[in-house]
Amino acid sequence: MTTATANTFTAKAGWRTRLADNERLLWPLMLAPAILYIVLLVGFPFFLSLFYSVSDVTVGSRSMSFVGLENFRRVVATDTFWTALKNTLIFTIVSQVFVLVFANILAMSLSADFRGKWLVRLLILLPWVAPISLGAIGWLWIYDSIYSVINWTGQALRLLGPNEWPIWLGQPTLAMVSIIIVQIWRIVPLATVILLAGLTSIPQDIHDAAAVDGAGFWRRTLQITFPLLLPITLVAVLFGIIFTFTDMIVVFLLTRGGPYDQTQVLATWAFFTGIQGGDLAGGAAVSLFLFPVLVAVAIVFLLLARRSEVT
Amino acid sequence: MATVEARHISKHFDEVRAVDGIDLLAREGEFLVLLGPSGCGKTTLMRLIAGLEQPTAGDIVIDGRVVTDLPPRARNVAMVFQSYALYPHLTVAKNISFPLRAVGMQRDAIRKKVEWAARMFGIERFLDRKPRQLSGGERQRVALARAVVREPVVFLLDEPLSNLDAKLRNSARDELKQFQRVLATTTIYVTHDQAEAMGLGDRIAVLNQGKVIQIGTPQEIYGKPMDTFVATFIGSPPMNLVEEGASYVGFRPEAFLPREVGSSEDSVAFPFRVTRVEYLGADRLVYGVLEGRTAEAHVISKLPNNIRAEVVAGERYDFVVRKREIHRFDRNSGRHIDGRGDDDGNR
Repeated sequence: MTTATANTFTAKAGWRTRLADNERLLWPLMLAPAILYIVLLVGFPFFLSLFYSVSDVTVGSRSMSFVGLENFRRVVATDTFWTALKNTLIFTIVSQVFVLVFANILAMSLSADFRGKWLVRLLILLPWVAPISLGAIGWLWIYDSIYSVINWTGQALRLLGPNEWPIWLGQPTLAMVSIIIVQIWRIVPLATVILLAGLTSIPQDIHDAAAVDGAGFWRRTLQITFPLLLPITLVAVLFGIIFTFTDMIVVFLLTRGGPYDQTQVLATWAFFTGIQGGDLAGGAAVSLFLFPVLVAVAIVFLLLARRSEVT
Repeated sequence: MATVEARHISKHFDEVRAVDGIDLLAREGEFLVLLGPSGCGKTTLMRLIAGLEQPTAGDIVIDGRVVTDLPPRARNVAMVFQSYALYPHLTVAKNISFPLRAVGMQRDAIRKKVEWAARMFGIERFLDRKPRQLSGGERQRVALARAVVREPVVFLLDEPLSNLDAKLRNSARDELKQFQRVLATTTIYVTHDQAEAMGLGDRIAVLNQGKVIQIGTPQEIYGKPMDTFVATFIGSPPMNLVEEGASYVGFRPEAFLPREVGSSEDSVAFPFRVTRVEYLGADRLVYGVLEGRTAEAHVISKLPNNIRAEVVAGERYDFVVRKREIHRFDRNSGRHIDGRGDDDGNR
């Protein structure tokens, strides 16, 4: 039937119509860009780093030989690796806990009706849509050792002692706190939007039924809203964990891992070792430590999300 | 058991007057149906009674107590929603016990109450299931059990049967009426389905554009419609309305019969040109035009199957209506004018 229709068109339209109706030709054609993208930009670098991690390749040399798990042994033996691993976990877990709390509060307030709601929504989304490098430079000034707006405000309000001038990015604990704050600021908008979508998908009837059934705000929130929101919350947390775990921008722009590697995370440490240090094999080994952890996290969360699926 | 009263209650959404100054009293143990077309304000009125909406003006009084400023949970009313609004993540037992847990009842007492409610609606087998594993009819029973379980003073039912298929709807209607009789709890029931309203209601309040047009027993609403809206909204097909001077003459299709079956001393004759006959099994619908009138007067006659008179499209017949079956309505106000359909003081 399709060819009969196609034949009635002019020759030029004919081949187009035939192509548009030919599913055997069409699906590989449509999928090709996606497959190409995955193979070239995800698959190739991934297998290259697998390959590098068991070799002795460096930036400067042309020769390369198989060394087995030597790189992993070497990386694990350094103190910096363990600091970076510990920091990555702290960085991820602490920031995600706060993201969850803030995103829930924001999503709930934004799902209510009030004047100027669109403006607040826009402002909340801003950190997510603005380029992170711009944001990070802003934060760099906020945390500046001399011009820090936090310190000056603290002084003016007498929250800080007369000679108290914290160096936000220069003291190990404060530096960690600082980058965690920036990461929270960065991830909260996405989590808020995801949770907001989840909230709007709960039918109003369910909230009304709970209200008539005698539930107050807390019972409604804890026994109805949160459980119904759980699957979508897990998705938000999964995104947050992966974005935070693999992220190096905030640390790289704010502290470069300093002071003395005290804020180093696995992603920055892999970069400094492999690219700036020239030890490609070592860098590949460090970065591969991320992989099994992320796979495990993804599997656990997707399983949980499926089990708690509702309606 | 309690009375429910709306005192001159209004609810405006911006410019829209969803509920426009309604006074209404549901008597103790009464089954009161709010009937009207979609958008007439019946659901908003119910939500005002439940406390899910705050009125723009007026008061809600339950059992003699003004509850206008109380939240829904303090009013001791139970509501069944059109969508049933079961909690999808909780089992049937947890769904039913939710209102009891909300008031902090003892665990043993809760279990007994849940069993009682489940037995009443025949859903003991489903107590451990989630709502998504139930059929529409079973979900509706769970919703009813959840409403009944804490023995509220008022039931509010918002089109609880409209998601059921036609066959189930009939049996569910029957059961609903029986449960209400047994529990004798004041019930307010919202529907747009006149058959449901006529079948269930002790009294029916017909609403249109945010106002109560008429309130009365099903017989009063059908037999003495207060105005042309009620006359044409109730009944299927609706009442025929024919212009006659400064008024409308109205008569029900089943009162409009061929001369040979309907004739008596007090009947009025209408020359009737038939345009179409529909055979519907139990009865015939005869469409046509009244002759000898200035405006085209389209009317319908409904002939039950036991009337065998021959009626053929394109022919002209003499049809009659008994005088006491004829209603007159004012052309401007639409109100009934010969006194019989007047407000009987039951508003």
